[in-house]
Amino acid sequence: MKPDVYHSLGLSDQEYQNILKILKRKPTKTELAMFSVEWSEHCGYLRSRKWLKILPKTGKYKTLIGEDSGGIILDGLAIIFKMESHNHPSQIEPKQGAATGVGGIIRDIFTAGARPIALLDSLRFGSFSQAYNKYLFRGVVDGIQFYGNCVGVPTVGGEIYFDKSYTGNCLVNAMCIGIAKKDKLVRARAIGKGNPIMYVGSSTGRDGIGGCSILASHEFKEGEEKRPTVQIGDPFTEKCLIEATLEAINTGYIVGIKDMGAAGLTCCTSEMASAGNSGMDIELQAVPRREENMEPWELMMSESQERMLVCIKKGKENQIKKIFLKWDLNASIIGKVTDDRLITIRDNDKIVAQIKAHSLTKAPVYDMPYKKPRYLRKLNKLELSKILEPKDYNKVLLKLLAAPSITNKAWVYEQYDHMVQTNTLVLPGSDAAVLRLKGTKKAIAATTDCNSRYCFLNPYRGAQIAVAEAARNLICSGAHPVAVTDCLNFGNPEKPESFWQFKSCVEGIADACRFFNIAVVSGNVSFYNESPQSAINPTPTIGMIGIINDINKICSQNFKQEGDVIILLGYCREELGASEYLQEIHNLTKGDAPQLDLKLEQAVQKTALKAIEKGLVNSTHDCSEGGLAVALAECCISNKDKMIGANINKLNYDMRLDVLLFGESQSRIILSCSKDSVEKVRKIALEFKAPFYVIGKTGGRVLRILNDTEELIYLSLEDLSEEWMGALKKEIEG
Amino acid sequence: MKFGVVVFPGSNCDQDCFYVTKDVLRQSVKYIWHRDTDLDGLDCVILPGGFSYGDYLRTGAIARFSVVMKSITDFSRKGGTVIGICNGFQILLEAGLLPGVMLRNRDLHFICKHIFIKTENNQTRFTNLYNTGQILKIPIAHNEGNYYIDAAGLKELRDNNQIVFRYCSATGEIGNQFNPNGALDNIAGIVNKKGNVLGMMPHPERSCEIELGSQYGYFIFQSIIKWLNRKRIR
Repeated sequence: MKPDVYHSLGLSDQEYQNILKILKRKPTKTELAMFSVEWSEHCGYLRSRKWLKILPKTGKYKTLIGEDSGGIILDGLAIIFKMESHNHPSQIEPKQGAATGVGGIIRDIFTAGARPIALLDSLRFGSFSQAYNKYLFRGVVDGIQFYGNCVGVPTVGGEIYFDKSYTGNCLVNAMCIGIAKKDKLVRARAIGKGNPIMYVGSSTGRDGIGGCSILASHEFKEGEEKRPTVQIGDPFTEKCLIEATLEAINTGYIVGIKDMGAAGLTCCTSEMASAGNSGMDIELQAVPRREENMEPWELMMSESQERMLVCIKKGKENQIKKIFLKWDLNASIIGKVTDDRLITIRDNDKIVAQIKAHSLTKAPVYDMPYKKPRYLRKLNKLELSKILEPKDYNKVLLKLLAAPSITNKAWVYEQYDHMVQTNTLVLPGSDAAVLRLKGTKKAIAATTDCNSRYCFLNPYRGAQIAVAEAARNLICSGAHPVAVTDCLNFGNPEKPESFWQFKSCVEGIADACRFFNIAVVSGNVSFYNESPQSAINPTPTIGMIGIINDINKICSQNFKQEGDVIILLGYCREELGASEYLQEIHNLTKGDAPQLDLKLEQAVQKTALKAIEKGLVNSTHDCSEGGLAVALAECCISNKDKMIGANINKLNYDMRLDVLLFGESQSRIILSCSKDSVEKVRKIALEFKAPFYVIGKTGGRVLRILNDTEELIYLSLEDLSEEWMGALKKEIEG
Repeated sequence: MKFGVVVFPGSNCDQDCFYVTKDVLRQSVKYIWHRDTDLDGLDCVILPGGFSYGDYLRTGAIARFSVVMKSITDFSRKGGTVIGICNGFQILLEAGLLPGVMLRNRDLHFICKHIFIKTENNQTRFTNLYNTGQILKIPIAHNEGNYYIDAAGLKELRDNNQIVFRYCSATGEIGNQFNPNGALDNIAGIVNKKGNVLGMMPHPERSCEIELGSQYGYFIFQSIIKWLNRKRIR
């Protein structure tokens, strides 16, 4: 075979030689297509697998690690969740790229037998100063609302950041959470010789051919046209598919089921057979299709959406078929399970591919070279004396509140149905989303976090901070952090500097999760996030779930009443590296990521959580981007119907004042509580050895911050709110 | 009381309505599949929110042709109580059980948030537990809630006191800035002339338990139950 044939499918010379060795003959066109998608970086994790093994798989709760998702057991319930990237398709066609990202992650959850109850999205774009980035932003938001609203799963949270490194390669990471009775879970595997294999859902077309291999496993080059590789989403079919699938699983006749996502039919047949140590014999003529004259290799590679493959108990196929037909979905038996461990693909009975299932799913593992980039030595140095101190801190605070990464995102989340299913107890806009578990006293909290500037300047610590901050956000809502899904977005892994970023971040996540005893139950790797201008900042997005034991003990970030005492847990250190302030005000991406002392972090978190669970505090908010000043402003204005001012008159720090106000020291939480509770909170802080400072009081219509006797900030709530609430809409709609 | 919740393919608030009637209101309730024709024994039919048939065409335009709609039309002719919420309201308009049409929201966006509505008519079986002028905080979640009707139709709605809810501010002011979607005359909900069919864009089923942020919607369902009880006693 000519090299340009397999090269065009994304296979290297070495990989082609491997294929020859496995088959002991030349591959057919269909076989070559199947190898090319299964061995793509996107499906096969060739370059990342070695490092992913170091992530902890156990934690405080019993974990479940499935083929396509993972979760934890809470009492009799399984909470299943996963985050996945859809970056490259979104960069090319933002609406459909984001929409199908949402659709895909929902399918990963309900194929496990869990009802999807919430979505979160972690999004990253280049600066709004470029029109295309604005187009991407609008398109991605439109895609998420189009799909999520229709399919009836609430979009309850997430994050949106802007950084020039994402120009030319935006990130769309979608996370879905589902719940199931723990004895109703199903695996993605095919077992039992003779059990029928049924294709259900949409028909197969030519959309998305090569999505995972050609699109997702290569970086963007100048002038490339890749739109035909993007799939088109149909949330209505997905909604019907959710109901039909859960109904079918409930019968107990489903042996295994898997979503036909990336690599479509190839992925489903080979991975289900491989997971069950079985084989599969498939007749392509039985595959429902929406286009004429499709070739076998096209059918095997297509990534048409809203399709699944089901392995059914023999003799029960008609009962299952009836359920799917009731929902007006295709349901066609296309083959059966065999015990020869071979994937046999027939077209009109003629064999067009026959490959060992294991050889498709066990893609080669590459040990990639890595090297710390030299530019970091220079970038990590930050001489504070060279940074001009601003004259007017009020102006700086207003500017930060309007900065795209900090400003309120209501313009976005009000376009998402975040209330459907009536479980959302804490609406978007606080530190974490909270969802009740109907029929219990418990709730789950969820958040996504990653500061990629920290990860760029210090990948190991940046990734640790992402874990620590996610946990802190959950704590602030009153939840015990329990498990993580990670979505690892990086540049080209074939470049040693990029790979070093990846390896360091994975190590950071592994170490931080072990420290907090949090399991990593699912995840996804997205490499090749590069445009001709640059690679993206390393972005290991952390999706974290926490458990709230009593829904009456939920906390949120806004101050609740006048005259409450404001407490700061944690230290303000004289550090400014990697801050939003440096970026927005001084246009610098410089310095080191903030320090992180995991023991201090834990002390602060335990104090806040115990204080919440004892019902002592009225609000809790994490200090993150924009530092103390931004966090305090958010506490004042984030409930727009009931804004409450604050007088911060007990700070007394001997350090640069811009650093005090806007530095991003980690492990800090702002609490407010009534006068009577202060001593009780202080005692808890003493118990856990957490730094505890009373810094002021709530009340009035102004945020005022003093250091010693010097007034640094004096701004009306209206001025703060206008910047924070209004900036995004103004930016987008003009 | 016996409630029925209609399920069209693509309905996505059906389970929420079912949950509220069964677990919050403690009433008997069953699902009605869109191909069903039998509404016997039901006191109230709920057409829930969602995206019936995907709503890729005009909202509700396909749902109106489903088999169950003929039964619902007969049910309403006989005076049966029907409530259409959000997509259910849109379907009732398309089916001609309520007058008017829905346009896309003024800002051309889907909007999901808590808003305020004012009870304009408490003399209906859906609102008898409210005071006239009472302000309700309640969520909306829709793309097409921009209600429209011609001048003659609007006059008729007004003359017959068919406008049940209007969008307003937290203190009850009516005005364009408090109207989330551009609906004509700030209309958020209407009844038919006979008063047995209500269509409303806000979601009362999302507003029945205090932990969800507001409980005003609860009294719509309670009003229905009270009215049905009274009717039964008579």
